[in-house]
Amino acid sequence: MSFQPVKFYQTGTFTVGNRLLAPDQRSVQANMERTNSLNSGHRACQGCGEALGARYAIDAAMHATDKQMVAVNATGCLEVFSTPYPETSWQVPWIHSLFGNAAAVATGVSAALKVKRQKGVSGDVRVVAQGGDGGTTDIGFGCLSGMFERNDDVLYICYDNGGYMNTGIQRSSATPPAARTATTMPVGPEPGNPFGQGKFVPAIAMAHEIPYVATATVADLRDLEYKVRKAMTFRGARYIHILVPCPLGWGTASDETLRMSRLAKETGLFPVFEAERGELTHSTKIRRLLPVEEYLRPQKRFAHLFGKTPAVDTIARLQAIADKNIRKYDLLEKEAN
Amino acid sequence: MNKPFAITLDPGSSLANRTGTWRTERPVYVNRLPPCNNQCPAGEDIQGWLFHAESGNYEKAWQHLTKDNPFPAIMGRVCYHTCEGACNRANLDSAVGINSVERFLGDEAIKRKWKLVQPAAESGKHVLIVGGGPSGMSAAYHLRRLGHRVTVYEAGPMLGGMMRFGIPKYRLPREVLDAEMQRVVEMGVEVKLNAKVDNIQETMKAGNFDAAFLAVGAHIGKRTNIPAGAVSKIVDAVSVLRSMEGEEKPMLGRRVVVYGGGNTAIDVARTAKRMGAEPIIVYRRTRDKMPAHDFEVEEAMQEGVMIKWLSTIKKAGDASITVEKMELDANGFPQPTGEIETLEADSVVLALGQDVDLGLLEGVPGLEVTDGVVKVDANMMTGHAGIFAGGDMVPTERNITVGVGHGKKAAKNIDAWLRGITYVAPPKPPVATFERLNTWYYSDAPKTVRPMLDIIRRQSTFEEVQGGLDETNALFEARRCLSCGNCFECDNCYGVCPDNAVIKLGPGKGFQFNYDYCKGCGLCVSECPCGAINMVPENN
Amino acid sequence: MLKQIEGSHAVAEAVALCRPEVICAYPISPQTHIVEGIGEMVKAGEVQNCEFINVESEFAAMSVAIGSSAAGARTYTATASQGLLFMVEAVYNASGLGLPIVMTVANRAIGAPINIWNDHSDSISQRDSGWLQLFAETNQEALDLHIQAFKLAEELSLPVMVCMDGFILTHAYERVDIPTQEQVDAFLPPYEPRQVLDPADPVSIGAMVGPEAFAEVRYLEHEKQLRALGLIPKIAEEFKAGFGRDSGGLVRGYCLEDAETVVIAMGSVLGTIKDTVDEMREQGVKIGVLGIISFRPFPLEAVREALKGAKRIVVVEKAFSVGIGGVVATDVRTAMDGLSVKDYTVIAGLGGRPILKKSLRAIFDKALGDELPPLTFLDLDWNIVNKQLERERQKRRSGPVAENILRDVGSSHVAQHS
Ligand SMILES: Cc1cc2nc3c(=O)[nH]c(=O)nc-3n(C[C@H](O)[C@H](O)[C@H](O)COP(=O)(O)OP(=O)(O)OC[C@H]3O[C@@H](n4cnc5c(N)ncnc54)[C@H](O)[C@@H]3O)c2cc1C
Ligand SMILES: Cc1ncc(C[n+]2csc(CCOP(=O)(O)OP(=O)(O)O)c2C)c(N)n1
Ligand code: SF4
Ligand code: SF4
Ligand SMILES: [Mg+2]
Repeated sequence: MSFQPVKFYQTGTFTVGNRLLAPDQRSVQANMERTNSLNSGHRACQGCGEALGARYAIDAAMHATDKQMVAVNATGCLEVFSTPYPETSWQVPWIHSLFGNAAAVATGVSAALKVKRQKGVSGDVRVVAQGGDGGTTDIGFGCLSGMFERNDDVLYICYDNGGYMNTGIQRSSATPPAARTATTMPVGPEPGNPFGQGKFVPAIAMAHEIPYVATATVADLRDLEYKVRKAMTFRGARYIHILVPCPLGWGTASDETLRMSRLAKETGLFPVFEAERGELTHSTKIRRLLPVEEYLRPQKRFAHLFGKTPAVDTIARLQAIADKNIRKYDLLEKEAN
Repeated sequence: MNKPFAITLDPGSSLANRTGTWRTERPVYVNRLPPCNNQCPAGEDIQGWLFHAESGNYEKAWQHLTKDNPFPAIMGRVCYHTCEGACNRANLDSAVGINSVERFLGDEAIKRKWKLVQPAAESGKHVLIVGGGPSGMSAAYHLRRLGHRVTVYEAGPMLGGMMRFGIPKYRLPREVLDAEMQRVVEMGVEVKLNAKVDNIQETMKAGNFDAAFLAVGAHIGKRTNIPAGAVSKIVDAVSVLRSMEGEEKPMLGRRVVVYGGGNTAIDVARTAKRMGAEPIIVYRRTRDKMPAHDFEVEEAMQEGVMIKWLSTIKKAGDASITVEKMELDANGFPQPTGEIETLEADSVVLALGQDVDLGLLEGVPGLEVTDGVVKVDANMMTGHAGIFAGGDMVPTERNITVGVGHGKKAAKNIDAWLRGITYVAPPKPPVATFERLNTWYYSDAPKTVRPMLDIIRRQSTFEEVQGGLDETNALFEARRCLSCGNCFECDNCYGVCPDNAVIKLGPGKGFQFNYDYCKGCGLCVSECPCGAINMVPENN
Repeated sequence: MLKQIEGSHAVAEAVALCRPEVICAYPISPQTHIVEGIGEMVKAGEVQNCEFINVESEFAAMSVAIGSSAAGARTYTATASQGLLFMVEAVYNASGLGLPIVMTVANRAIGAPINIWNDHSDSISQRDSGWLQLFAETNQEALDLHIQAFKLAEELSLPVMVCMDGFILTHAYERVDIPTQEQVDAFLPPYEPRQVLDPADPVSIGAMVGPEAFAEVRYLEHEKQLRALGLIPKIAEEFKAGFGRDSGGLVRGYCLEDAETVVIAMGSVLGTIKDTVDEMREQGVKIGVLGIISFRPFPLEAVREALKGAKRIVVVEKAFSVGIGGVVATDVRTAMDGLSVKDYTVIAGLGGRPILKKSLRAIFDKALGDELPPLTFLDLDWNIVNKQLERERQKRRSGPVAENILRDVGSSHVAQHS
């Protein structure tokens, strides 16, 4: 790992910046000259995790590529809130084509840039594709898998807010079990999103044995930036899946966005790890393990679990998912003996 | 570029969309009073000087510290550091070792010969200070800083007061004391040693002083009526400790009984131990009721000082004493049980507290004395205009730091009084409480333990018991500070704002909100580690 | 250089001569030979500085094309039929974004029932997509149109479909004149994109446009196609100057001077029609032919001009708008608005049904006597149709139509021979 939880620097690498660190160890976001790839004036909701995650990730990619990059965007909240005519918030060359084709468009951009480079017309310009979980794990999945399988030189970033938020919070294959969405209402014998469905695309990406797969959250900026930077050191297909809480869709206060992603990680419900060519190479350990309730309770989409008679069994099933993640992705620090 | 209409847009053009209009609440930067600062009797800006120490700028840290307290090396050894008791970090792991960092800075200053700031201009006013203890010397320092001429009259042969004639060397080496006293003197403070003031009004008139600050301390050891034989040796603790500074060391014998339960009792007992005696402390109540600090009791016991709890001395014979066992009543008061015991005793040292010698104040109009101490108002002025007082001689908790604080406060008020105005302290911001912190962001880091002298040497020599931190340790310890309630430039607000609505002004300059775009989500407030941002309603 | 060569290969060579930079394709008959051909040339290094990408679907093919074109690369793809429909969302997107992609459509029917043979339903289904559509009559023209298409697309910043009849052209071996690289280079300058994804000028392409500007965006797209009406003939002129042959243009007339009856069609069927017309001319019938090369933009003026002297027209078309009839015919009628010309629509060649000279002659003869119904299905087997209709009338669960008809075809076949 090249980012450091290092020696002791008061807040270490937990905070965005840290005046006590050497300049080359500071985060991109702490820099006064950061690109603000996604500039002010966008129309994301207050406290939008996706807006934050996108600026974090694209700024990091801009930094890693010395601003020699192009972004490709799938349809979704990020696209809609950033580019309503006549204003765009992007300060990077950016293209939006469709909901389900960001990975393929990125392949095309990448191919074109490769030819331009071969011809000596331009330098080494890299491509980052980005989309929501719907645009990635559902409708764009075919294109994504194709891009992975061909090992095209694209970094694809999925901003996972657990649903089709832009169309009014419907279920996607990344919606967690039990969560309420407009299409998985908390009614009937199994309220909310059913258990036993859905898919975890980082694992599927790993199955493609692409050079690099990672997950991250907006709560851990340094880790996120490190992963983007690392991803840019590889050629070929790379995938980063970032958990981005959505205050509107999750029913959380706008100031809880970071807390929520922190809790997702600290409960084990969202495993944070890295993999290279299909093999797990590093997992970010849970710092203060918490029961899943801590994460579920503040979210209105899980409110039906905490009614007059709490849905103990359902909560236990969610806890089992977290426990499995902890085992599978090795999320706990080994006890020193 | 020949851009197609509407489909292709110029970079960053969304700046035209002022999302600030969405806001119903706005974030504002605030400074809150860290609980440590709030607690420090000398009013040190602890969080402020730690901030500089964190980045390794020790001289700046020391300069910042000495704005309030000129004696960090002394403080770092003998201050009871109640600041640490208030430290928010205690709720996380353990309090920041403020005191040890302070000592490190003080020692650095002595080692590197850092100088205190000289006054910018002379006021032409002349202030008399009576007593060269911590309170008097603190006042001298602050008044000098403010440009006043200062003369200290000290009855004893050296400066330092009880720090020299009370506190044993093994807790406060004299080079340290000398260095910090000398540094104040070098600011241009005039000192008259062996110059006891017998009548304050006369001295003021004779010296043509414009004002006076009295800090004569409390030096008369309290006595209690113990029936004693003619040969029994009964002395008071302060005298014993004072004589330790002179040529002639006190002769206490082998079996030394110390009577009392305060820090003085402990100091005397530990001193006796170092002189080869077998001290035993006799105290009326239980350990948890003992006024001495627990760590001092602990250290004393480690060194082999015996303590007899729940006991009073009934009478003293020539080589023994008789003690009666006590028991605590429902209110926690000791009551006699009638159970009697005899202890060997070559001498009895009374450590029952001190009274103030108020002789110099006789006949001063307006001046009021209650319970043996001089009454002062909120501005440290006695009932007689122009005469101020502080330290052990006024109603207060008796310790060095309080004395230093009094000296500072009195100096500010004397300065104002000399200019015909009254000093108004700036309003205190609300205290930065633990609940306002987002402690996730702080690295886990247990407190650094200061090295202790090995036990053999502690029992036989007057070498300093507690060591200091080295630079790495001190830096580590400084960096444990949570910077409660005050921005420490962690960049979190700048980073976490989804709307780039925080402007970073650069190192040391902090941040500013860009209300044109701030949507008022409150993320910066929730993610500020130290609680330095408030959310306030928009008023429109 | 003259070469006896398969149509697909001729197109592959033409595309290669255009110095494409990114090619992406997904296989579907009858397009396969084209992309196989270019793929091999790229792999062999005959086409340099070109990326050939085997994508996982037509949707991806068009999406890759969108990306590469937006990044400033000359981009080519090819498809047909189901493939074209599979990429539709991206087809509209490419034109909406104004990306000058060139795509060959090896025209083929659309299922169900699945059918791999030629008709025009696929590309015609995309007539409103904003793409230009040029129909080739011969393999030579197919080859030439690709060279012209790049120039046209890039000048306008709009994508172009070059449509050639599947199998009939793509798989036919004919003699074609393959131009030299120098000729093509002289004709087709390197691609200068109007807008491009460039870190030095980081624009956002593909914004969301609301009611306040959407109609304007659409109008401007229309305006570009109208501009193409001038550009297409101009490019054809230039082409002639450089290559020495007539190819392309908006429409092409044949024996029109005194024609009272004009047959209108697109693509390779024009050959059979011209043969039929030649015969009729020999017999003194004042009949002529109008071939439409540019289906989009539809050359209303040119068509109207060509039909000014006609008394009647017969539109022979290989597509069919279920529920109304001809598609080209409707456009032609728009062109003739106000002229008193009788018009007949003949739907022919659906799903690869051969269009026989004999059948055409019969139809044209009927038209000459104004005995033709407004909408005719050439060589429709009424026997089969009526049998199925009868079955359906009798029984609700009459079974799958296609299978029934196949059975009928088989039995009538047997009946004929027994
Ligand atoms: C044994 C012992 C240990 C202690 N340990 C600690 C400790 O560890 N930490 C702590 O915080 N506190 C400690 N204290 C308390 C602390 O020493 C006093 O509270 C503090 O020194 C009071 O300061 P002051 O300036 O008011 O008086 P003092 O320190 O007593 O100084 C008064 C000075 O005035 C001089 N003086 C008196 N009368 C006259 C006069 N008429 N004219 C001129 N000069 C005069 C005296 O000679 C003396 O130098 C201890 C006290 C004792 C007795
Ligand atoms: C082909 C197609 N189908 C459906 C839509 C409607 N649509 C637009 S955005 C969206 C949801 C996006 O969800 P996600 O990708 O998770 O992004 P989010 O808005 O949650 O950030 C949907 C369903 C579309 N634009 N295109
Ligand atoms: S995070 Fe940004 S938008 Fe939210 S309150 Fe703070 S400054 Fe305003
Ligand atoms: S988050 Fe950090 S930088 Fe921002 S106000 Fe709080 S302490 Fe200062
Ligand atoms: Mg989503």
